[in-house]
Amino acid sequence: MRRWWSIFPGWVINLVIVPAASVVLGFGVAAIAIVATGADPSQAYLALFQGAFTNTNAFAETLVSSIPYVFLGLGVALGFRAGLFNIGAEGQFYIGSLSGVFVAYSLHLPALLLIPLSILAAMAGGFLYAGFAGFLKARFGAHEVITTIMLNYVSFLLANYLVTTPGLMLDPHTRTPRTPYIDPNAALPIIIPQSRLHAGFLLALVAIPLVWLLINRTTVGFRLRAVGYNPGAARAAGISVATTTVLAMGISGALAATAGIVQTLGIQHVMTPAVASGYGFDAIAVALLARSNPWAILPAAMLFGALHNGASFMQLQTQVSSDLISIVQASVIVFIAAPAIIRWLLRLREGQVAKVAITEREAISSV
Amino acid sequence: MTAALELRGIVKTFGELRANDGVDLAVEWGRVHALLGENGAGKSTLMNVVYGLTTPDSGEIVFDGRPVVIHGPQDAIRLGIGMVHQHFMLIPPLTVAENIILGQEITSPPGVIDLETAGRQVSELSQRYGLEVPPRARIESLSVGVQQRVEILKALYRGARLLILDEPTAVLTPQEIKGLFEIIRNLVAEGNAVIFITHKLGEVMEVADAITVMRRGKVVDHTTPQQSTPADLARMMVGRPVLLRVEKKPAHPGDVRLEVKGLVVHDDRKQVAVDGVDLDVRSGEIVGIAGVEGNGQNELVEAISGLRPAVSGQVLIGGRDVTRRSAKSRLHSGLSVIPPDRHRQGVILELPIADNLVLEDFDQPPFARWILRNLRAVFDYAAALIKQFDIRAAGPAEPTGSLSGGNQQKVVVARELGTNPEVLVAAQPTRGVDVGSIEFIHRQIVDQRDKGLAVLLVSSELDEVLSLSDRVAVVYRGRVVAILEGEEIDRDRIGLLMAGGAAA
Ligand SMILES: Nc1ncnc2c1ncn2[C@@H]1O[C@H](COP(=O)(O)OP(=O)(O)O)[C@@H](O)[C@H]1O
Ligand SMILES: [Mg+2]
Repeated sequence: MRRWWSIFPGWVINLVIVPAASVVLGFGVAAIAIVATGADPSQAYLALFQGAFTNTNAFAETLVSSIPYVFLGLGVALGFRAGLFNIGAEGQFYIGSLSGVFVAYSLHLPALLLIPLSILAAMAGGFLYAGFAGFLKARFGAHEVITTIMLNYVSFLLANYLVTTPGLMLDPHTRTPRTPYIDPNAALPIIIPQSRLHAGFLLALVAIPLVWLLINRTTVGFRLRAVGYNPGAARAAGISVATTTVLAMGISGALAATAGIVQTLGIQHVMTPAVASGYGFDAIAVALLARSNPWAILPAAMLFGALHNGASFMQLQTQVSSDLISIVQASVIVFIAAPAIIRWLLRLREGQVAKVAITEREAISSV
Repeated sequence: MTAALELRGIVKTFGELRANDGVDLAVEWGRVHALLGENGAGKSTLMNVVYGLTTPDSGEIVFDGRPVVIHGPQDAIRLGIGMVHQHFMLIPPLTVAENIILGQEITSPPGVIDLETAGRQVSELSQRYGLEVPPRARIESLSVGVQQRVEILKALYRGARLLILDEPTAVLTPQEIKGLFEIIRNLVAEGNAVIFITHKLGEVMEVADAITVMRRGKVVDHTTPQQSTPADLARMMVGRPVLLRVEKKPAHPGDVRLEVKGLVVHDDRKQVAVDGVDLDVRSGEIVGIAGVEGNGQNELVEAISGLRPAVSGQVLIGGRDVTRRSAKSRLHSGLSVIPPDRHRQGVILELPIADNLVLEDFDQPPFARWILRNLRAVFDYAAALIKQFDIRAAGPAEPTGSLSGGNQQKVVVARELGTNPEVLVAAQPTRGVDVGSIEFIHRQIVDQRDKGLAVLLVSSELDEVLSLSDRVAVVYRGRVVAILEGEEIDRDRIGLLMAGGAAA
C-alpha cells in the first residue's frame, strides 16, 4: 500500500522523512534498552527533553553544544562529498585549538582583528594537518581512514606535549598544565546575556551557506564532487584527482579545526591537555544523519547538541545512564544506513529512498 | 517430443521498469535457440530467472516436461541447467581443474581434494565435446577464449543438459568464434539444448536453429534463419527498418593531425602493453584500430589522452609534441576522447547532464568566472547540445544516470564533439548502445570527418571498424601488425591478423 508521504519529492523524503523516521526509531530502540534496565522510558525521555530545552538556560546550552557539531559535521560531510572519509575530525579539532589559541594569547590586538586571525590560524593548521593525510593518499595510496586515525593520536600527544612543556605553550605563571589565557579581545562575545551562548553560533550559521556555496556553486566544489562520484571519469576529463584529494581533505580539516578554536575562544579561553572529546566521532554521525547536506547539518547538530546537553539531567533525574544517548545515536545511524528498513516501514517504492553513498557506507561499517 | 524448457508469461519488474513483460519461450532438445535483442531488451534478466538468480514476479517454468520452481542456481544446476555469464566467474589464481570442480569437489580421503580423479573427469569431458583446455594451467595465464571453454566445461561437469550462453562472442576473435560454434554444434548433436544470447545478426544466421526476438521486455517474434533475413531480424529488434551499413563518401585526407611515433606504454602491472606503435591520422579520415580486446588498445588510448605515461616515443597533436603534457592541456589543445568505458571514464551518472557536458570546461569562461560557476551559461550550452545531439532527456538538469545507455553515450559524444576538436579518439564509441543511437553516433563521426576531423577509432566490434574506417591498423600484442587501405580491407584477412597470423 502506498502512503500519502510517498507523493513528496525525493529530497523531502531523503532529507526530512527518512532521517526523522530514523531518529524516531532510534529513540524506540533505546526505549527497549531502558525498559530492559527496569526504568521507565517516558520518564527518561521527559527528563532528557527538559534537560535539553525547558530548564533554565537549557535551550541556550543545547545551542552551545551544537556549535562544534555544526563545524565538525560540515567538515566530515564535505569529505564525504569528495569520496573521502575523514575520521580525523577529532584530531583536527585539537590542531585548530592549538594553532588558534597560540595566536589568541600571544597577540594583543583589537577583537575585530584578533578573532579572525585566531580563526584563520586554526583553519590553516587544520588544513595542513588534514591535507597531509590527503597528500599521503594521493601520493602513496595510504587510505585516509588509517592515516587520519593515526593522526588523531599524534595530535593528542602533540597537544599534551606543547601544553605541558615549559618554554613551549605552557603558561610560565602557573603550575597547572595549561596555556596562558587568551587575550580578552579574542574571546567570542556572549550573545544571550546570563548564558554561555557565544558568537560562535552566529559563525556556525554563516558557515552553513558558505559551505553549501562552496560545494554547489564553485569550480572547487564541482571538482570535489566529480572526484567523489567517479574519480575515473574526473581524471579522464582532465581533473587532477591528487590535487582535489589534498584540497578536499584540507578544507574538511580546516572546518574541523574551526570547531576547535571556536570552542576555545567561546568557552574555555585556554587550552589544557587534550582528552578525547568525542565530538569528532559524533560528527561522523551528524554528517551521516544530514546525508552530507550542509543545510541539514544544522538540525542534525542541534539534535546531537540536545542529546549531549539533556543526557546529564536525565541521569540525575531518573538514574538512566547518560550513555543511553549513545544507543540512540548508534541506532539512528543503523536506520540511516539501512534505507531498506525505512522504505519497508513507510511503504516507499524502490528508488524513492537514496542509498547511502559508498564513502558513507564505508563510514558506517567502520564506526 | 517434450521441450527442454518452456517459459510461460514470465514477468519481472525493477521498480517501474518491466524488464520481462509476459515472456513465452519454448526451447527444444537438440537445438540451438538464439535469443536476440538489443541491449536492455531483457535477455539476461530472462535467463537469470531460468538460472535462479532472480525470482520472477509471475510466470511458469517447465523443464523437460515438468513444472519447476527455481529458487537459486543450486536448483537450476540440480535440474541440469548451466549458464555461462557475460562476465566470467572464474578464480584467476586457481587452475582450470580446480575451477571446474569448485563447489563439487571429489574428496578422498574425506576432506582432501582428489585432483587426480577430477583431472581425469575433466579430460574426458573436454575430449567428448572437443573443448580443449590445459587442466593444470592457471586461469590467469589463459586467453579469454580458453577461459570461456573452462566456463562451459564447468557447467557440463555439473551435469548441464541445457546450456545458456550470455553474449558469448563479445570477447572472442573471429577464429575463436568459429571454434565456439563448433563446440555448440557438438553439444546439440548429443541431444543437449543451447540458448545462445546475442545482439549480433550474423551469428544468429550462422548458428541458430530457432530464433526468438525480444524488444523492451517482450517477445516480438519467433522465427528461424530460413524464414527471416538479417534485415528482417534487425527490424524486429529495433521496431523499425535500420541501415545496416554506414553511408559515407570517399575520404579526402589532409594534413597529419595526430601522430604517434615509436610509442611504448606499460600496463598497470608494468608489462609492455603498447610496443613501439607508429601511427598517423590525417584531417578528414578515420583510422580504425582492429584487434581483440586486451592487445594494448586501452593503453594506447590512455597514452594519447595523457592518462598514462609513455615509457618512450612521442605523441603529437596538430604537429605539437604533447608527450609530456597533462590530460587537461591536451584536451584544451584540440584533442577529444570518447573513453572506452562509459561508466568508469565517460560520464558521472550522479551529476546532471549539463554538468557532464562541461566536465572538461567547467572552469573556463563562460562557464565559470574566478571560482564561481555560471550555471546559466552551463545550462544554456547544455540545452543547445541536447537538441543538436538528439539526447532524449527531460532537460539539462536530469541526472545522467536516469538516461538509457544510448543517450548517456550521446552525452559523451556531444561533449567531445561540441568543442570542435581537431582530433577525436573514439574508443568503443557505441558499446552497450541501442541500434538507433549507434546509427546516430556513426553519422556524427562520419559528418565530422567530412568537415576535416581526424578520427582514431578503436573498437572491438570488427563490423564497426570495417564500416567506418578509411584505413585499418590491426594490433596484436601491443604492435601494429598491418595497416590496410582500400581493397586490402578484408574481414578474413583482418581476422587472421588479429589472431596473430602473419601479414598475408
Ligand atoms: N538488478 C537490476 N535492477 C534494476 N534494473 C535492472 C536490473 N537488471 C536489469 N535491469 C534493467 O532491465 C533491463 C533489461 O536488462 P537486461 O536483461 O540486462 O538486458 P539485455 O541482457 O537484453 O541487454 C535494462 O533496462 C536494465 O537496466
Ligand atoms: Mg545482457
